[in-house]
Amino acid sequence: MGSNMAEAHPVGFQWVMEAKGRGARVIHIDPRFTRTSAVADTYVPIRAGSDIAFLGGVIRYVLDNDLDFREYVAAYTNGSFLVREDFADTEDLDGLFSGYDPGTGTYERDSWLYEGTEPSGDDDGARAKTLSEPFQAGASGAGVGGADRAERDPTLQHPRCVFQILKRHFARYTPEMVERVCGTPREQFLDVCRAWTDHSNRDRTTALVYSVGWTQHSVGAQYIRAGAILQLLLGNIGRPGGGVFALRGHASIQGSTDIPTLFNLLPGYLAMPSVEHTDLDTWLADQRTGGHKGYGYDVDAYMVSLLKEYFGDAATPENDFGFDWLPRISGDHGTYRTVMDMIDGKVSGYFVLGQNPAVGSAHGKLQRLGMANLDWLVVRDLNEIETATFWRDSPEIETGEIVPERCRTEVFLMPAASHVEKEGTFTQTQRMLQWRTKAVEPSGDRRSELWFAYHLGRLVRARLAGSTQERDQPMLNLAWDYATEGEGEWVEPSADDVLRRINGHDLTTGELLPDYLGLKADGSTSCGCWIYSGVYAEGVNQAARRKPHTEQGPYDAEWGWTWPSNRRVLYNRASADPEGRPWSERKKLVWWDADERAWTGHDIPDFPRTTPPGHQPPDGATGPEALSGDDAFIMQPDGKAWLFAPHGLLDGPLPTHYEPHESPVRNPLYRQQGNPTRKVYGRPDNPSNPAPPESGSDVFPYVLTAARLTEHHTAGGMSRQLPYLSELQPALFVEVSPELARERGLTHLGDAHVVTSRAAVQARVVVTDRLAPLRVDGRVVHQVWLPYHFGHTGLVSGDVVNDLFGVVEDSNVFIQESKVATCDVRPGPRPRGPALRALLDEVRAAAGITVATGTRIATAHDVRHTEETS
Amino acid sequence: MSRLYGPLDDVAGDAGHVEHPPRVGFFTDTSVCIGCKACEVACKEWNAVPSRNENDGAGLDLLGMSFDNTGMLGADSWRHVAFVEQPRRTGHQEPGFAGLPTGPSGIPETAGAVEPRLQEAPRGGSELGTNPLPTGAPEPQELRPTENLGMPGFSRPGDLTGAESRTDFRWLMASDVCKHCTHAGCLDVCPTGALFRTEFGTVVVQQDICNGCGYCVSGCPYGVIDRRQHDGRANKCTLCYDRLGDGLEPACAKACPTDSIQFGELDELRERADRRLAQLHDLGVSEARLYGRDPDDGVGGDGAFFLLLDEPEVYGLPPDPHVPTRDAPAMWKRAGQAAAAFLLAGLAAFVAGGRR
Amino acid sequence: MRTWLGSIGASTPLGSWPVYRQLTGTDRLGRGAAAQSPQHVGLRPRTASADRVAGSVCPYCAVGCAQKVYVRDEQVVQIEGDPDSPISRGRLCPKGSASLQLVTGPQRLDKVRYRAPYATEWTELDLHEAMEMIADRVVAARERGWQERDAQGRRLNRTVGLAALGGATLDNEENYLLKKLFTAMGAIQIENQARI
Repeated sequence: MGSNMAEAHPVGFQWVMEAKGRGARVIHIDPRFTRTSAVADTYVPIRAGSDIAFLGGVIRYVLDNDLDFREYVAAYTNGSFLVREDFADTEDLDGLFSGYDPGTGTYERDSWLYEGTEPSGDDDGARAKTLSEPFQAGASGAGVGGADRAERDPTLQHPRCVFQILKRHFARYTPEMVERVCGTPREQFLDVCRAWTDHSNRDRTTALVYSVGWTQHSVGAQYIRAGAILQLLLGNIGRPGGGVFALRGHASIQGSTDIPTLFNLLPGYLAMPSVEHTDLDTWLADQRTGGHKGYGYDVDAYMVSLLKEYFGDAATPENDFGFDWLPRISGDHGTYRTVMDMIDGKVSGYFVLGQNPAVGSAHGKLQRLGMANLDWLVVRDLNEIETATFWRDSPEIETGEIVPERCRTEVFLMPAASHVEKEGTFTQTQRMLQWRTKAVEPSGDRRSELWFAYHLGRLVRARLAGSTQERDQPMLNLAWDYATEGEGEWVEPSADDVLRRINGHDLTTGELLPDYLGLKADGSTSCGCWIYSGVYAEGVNQAARRKPHTEQGPYDAEWGWTWPSNRRVLYNRASADPEGRPWSERKKLVWWDADERAWTGHDIPDFPRTTPPGHQPPDGATGPEALSGDDAFIMQPDGKAWLFAPHGLLDGPLPTHYEPHESPVRNPLYRQQGNPTRKVYGRPDNPSNPAPPESGSDVFPYVLTAARLTEHHTAGGMSRQLPYLSELQPALFVEVSPELARERGLTHLGDAHVVTSRAAVQARVVVTDRLAPLRVDGRVVHQVWLPYHFGHTGLVSGDVVNDLFGVVEDSNVFIQESKVATCDVRPGPRPRGPALRALLDEVRAAAGITVATGTRIATAHDVRHTEETS
Repeated sequence: MSRLYGPLDDVAGDAGHVEHPPRVGFFTDTSVCIGCKACEVACKEWNAVPSRNENDGAGLDLLGMSFDNTGMLGADSWRHVAFVEQPRRTGHQEPGFAGLPTGPSGIPETAGAVEPRLQEAPRGGSELGTNPLPTGAPEPQELRPTENLGMPGFSRPGDLTGAESRTDFRWLMASDVCKHCTHAGCLDVCPTGALFRTEFGTVVVQQDICNGCGYCVSGCPYGVIDRRQHDGRANKCTLCYDRLGDGLEPACAKACPTDSIQFGELDELRERADRRLAQLHDLGVSEARLYGRDPDDGVGGDGAFFLLLDEPEVYGLPPDPHVPTRDAPAMWKRAGQAAAAFLLAGLAAFVAGGRR
Repeated sequence: MRTWLGSIGASTPLGSWPVYRQLTGTDRLGRGAAAQSPQHVGLRPRTASADRVAGSVCPYCAVGCAQKVYVRDEQVVQIEGDPDSPISRGRLCPKGSASLQLVTGPQRLDKVRYRAPYATEWTELDLHEAMEMIADRVVAARERGWQERDAQGRRLNRTVGLAALGGATLDNEENYLLKKLFTAMGAIQIENQARI
């Protein structure tokens, strides 16, 4: 679901085909019949943006028919935990949970906590919403103080236990409701329910695959939560053949999150300090609101070791290891907010490194207008991309919104070294780091980003040398002494040395650390990214290992290196029962070896190695020592997987079906139409199409979705310039069903334009039986699809599909909703120049769009939304 | 005496290779093809085959034939992935459209929009395969226009009649390639010796010899081989002859993510294909069939053969290909006379050159 | 005729002439061994003559398919899948298969391009000069956007004058240095495709 794996990840899909060849049943649930559907056993149509209703329906089917893996649920999830009496569900509050504040569009979340636990200080949902705080919980878990004191009912019968709350929450997600919301015929839905539950037990597991078809929604984090809840209920987490697979779309996008360039994170999912953190201790206290249990508790060691890597000898206990040198965040500094700040004249300079936001980010026009209002822009890429040439050939040149002679942005376009012209690691989608050796030297001005970062740092440090200003001290004390190769001023920094420092050192001996368990909070270790510690264990670049798969076991432990500690299956303690025995011989992965008094198995056990299954921690234990023998979810403050999230998420402890920000229909489940906490930006340059209960939605009657083709890559910078790829998909097209083609007079291979309140995009019409209308809540809903790879440079070009989308985000992680919107489709080419602006003015007027459209996000009964959203 | 048609156990030996490796080929199992086109790109990268836009300058355009923008095999497309959208289903596969508020299929309309464009296509692909060379052989059965152009069809005749809404659907994908026939029409009619049978039993054009006469183009019963526009020389799949020499598999087969394209010794591939066919039949995919597997067919069996899920015409493949020499002793006599004349002229030139 | 041809012998130029070999050898129809041109005898793939092979990873999606990069005379001559990989088993998709074109194609930028304010065309700029100019601008933008404390007097210690957006095809080591550098400069609007 939410993934077109055969097209977007063809080589990974070989394993699906192999499983199918061995008898596995493959089901593809998607708005369109794709190349994945073509080889699946079953294709199931769904309306884009309704997946939680579908998954909620499956959850209800499981619970209603007692098909959950009860022993697993009771032992490893929080199903038995009791929730506070003052918790109120969406069933009680018309689509809202208890604690909603319409003034901020957020929740005060204390009522979601377990019975018997205390609130973790000031729960400030509004603050959390400005910081994308849930994203920061990766290293230390979401906060639930005193979770071990939570009241539990192991029989799962107490009306306030999570298991029963779950039952009530999804009680109305019946097959009939699924059909009404998703447009999926109920028989097909029930077929999926039966397949999923028939193949989830001691002997069988079911794998769930998703991609950005799930994440790029205003309720995206809850899509994944819904999938996780279902897989937990069925015992499909931590077991071979089970799992929730996030297929990521760029060579090192997993690495870019682990070692982030993200505003609210430091390496290893450590939270970027915010303005409330006056010193290291206040920061630590904030991270440890999760309680005392699990590996997250050792966050002090992770942070201090990072500061030791950042500032070297200058980081001392006396100066809090340089904590005060870190900048503080105080609100939304995400990429979309920053682009709006550019338009508003608040940003001088912008680095775009291997990225093409003029095409690849939502609302391309906003991106381009932002770049046109900078002092300077540095673009580093392999090829000349649209982001570098916005001042010359963007669509706004034609409409007169950007005039080259009046655009002051100074642009540096710098050639980058390719993946074979530098060495380093990518982290692939299953957390595996793989080292690339350099094949050839880059020619001309081509350089690695490592070279660029290293020398930029060197040059800026030189300019600040001798400064006594406080603000310059972090730069001057920065450990920037990486090993280099070559002679003279413009040497090449050593990626190998950087990787060693990411792995970390014991500073008392100078030895490389074997793994993160050795990290200390006293400043005696350094480590650039705690979850990557061990990648250079024993002085060997573990990521460079390439032992052929034909010469090793099924988990291929000696190919590359997977964080953490080279574990291939996360939470694999759950592959054994509470007593430490495999659930079945067939699904054996790790188990307790009573003779050795240690965990062992085919994979590296994801559990303290010598903690026995029946272990009960002593009072006062902290960190990993506080884990019980059946606390399989070792990063959680209560050691349990969360069917219900008592903290950590901003938009609710349970996933709930909300309509997308732009939808042609009223939410059939609640009067609360959309996610009541979604992040909206009500600005004249970011209009929304109206959605019920607002009027005017009929101007944009169709559901719009966009995705990839196999033959191109993301924003096209690495594919539209290549002859062999361009000829395979030479033009932008829009897929429509024959029914919609007849309704709108669209002809196969003719021109059409897709219209939203942001843009009109011209595309060739492809009429195909692979798309079909759906019946949603009694009306016929058409969906249209376009590939988003096209732009105005390259061998093949076309309008920018992302121009059609506006900026509205999931409040947890600030990912934009670019997988679903509403649109109109009209035959013929779009107007050009001033006529295009006139068309957009006309549709906005027809739909009655103002800056307030789409911003009144609370629509439940008796709630009036008053949040400031610009 | 070497045979010109019918089964032939040792094609390489028949072509004078005394001690030679086993015959190799491709088995393309289209039932696991995901239409990714890795084969097309890997082939071009390895063999430096020009992209179409840099060759003919005609620019690139959508063909409108589902996701196929290559169209057919040719001098600059040695692999071609066909995409066929059909209103029928495969075995127990559930296409998912039942119960939706659909109207009639759009396939007739799309086929109608594409057909005139196909008529303008520079080369008619399998028309060459379904129509025999002018040797007096009987005319083949007339085919519908959408099916005889060497490009994949959209549907079979009769599939669409009477349907008011659409429930059955499938999307077929298949990677086509030179068949490396046991009796290769291109090779039989090549007057210059540019085409030759390798020790692996494959058929290769030698660019250093080809003079661009084009006989091979009309000699191919599948419409595979074609002349490149800029120099007129004939080009087609070599089954990566250079790679075979080093024990490597051809680039397309190596890249293929789902092993739809399988390379190996032909005998072993045939056994594997028979097993796969039986497996699919057991799974209820009764329409699965092998194409080019049979040594008794009109080309003596293909070195590259296929598992298809429908009639070959649906994929743009001729239903009953046969080597032109089978029914054409007269033509062969003409070719023989031409070759004799060429031999004399060539000998004179060669001897003259040698004396210089 | 046989005698005459036989007297020419295999060592003469005529001996390599296909028709001669056809008439004297095992390939009487001249369609196999006899027709083979000297260039095609013992043909070897270009990978066999590579000076070295570098182990790499495909730069497109996140499956992480292993690649072998063949280098001859300091030029990349072929990129294909590494069959040893437990992830990809030597296979590549069309994008991965186009890696050679990605790396060696004429679309690659080779020189720094510079667009001055209000200019309508690119001009060339020396790489090192560009680096010095960028460093100057970074220092100035950092200063211009500096925020010492917020309205409540709380420490901010940051600049909002600088922003960055990184692609997810950068190496971990590169992202590490970028985040470290920008953080030390006080820049906070440092974002990545991973958000998108």
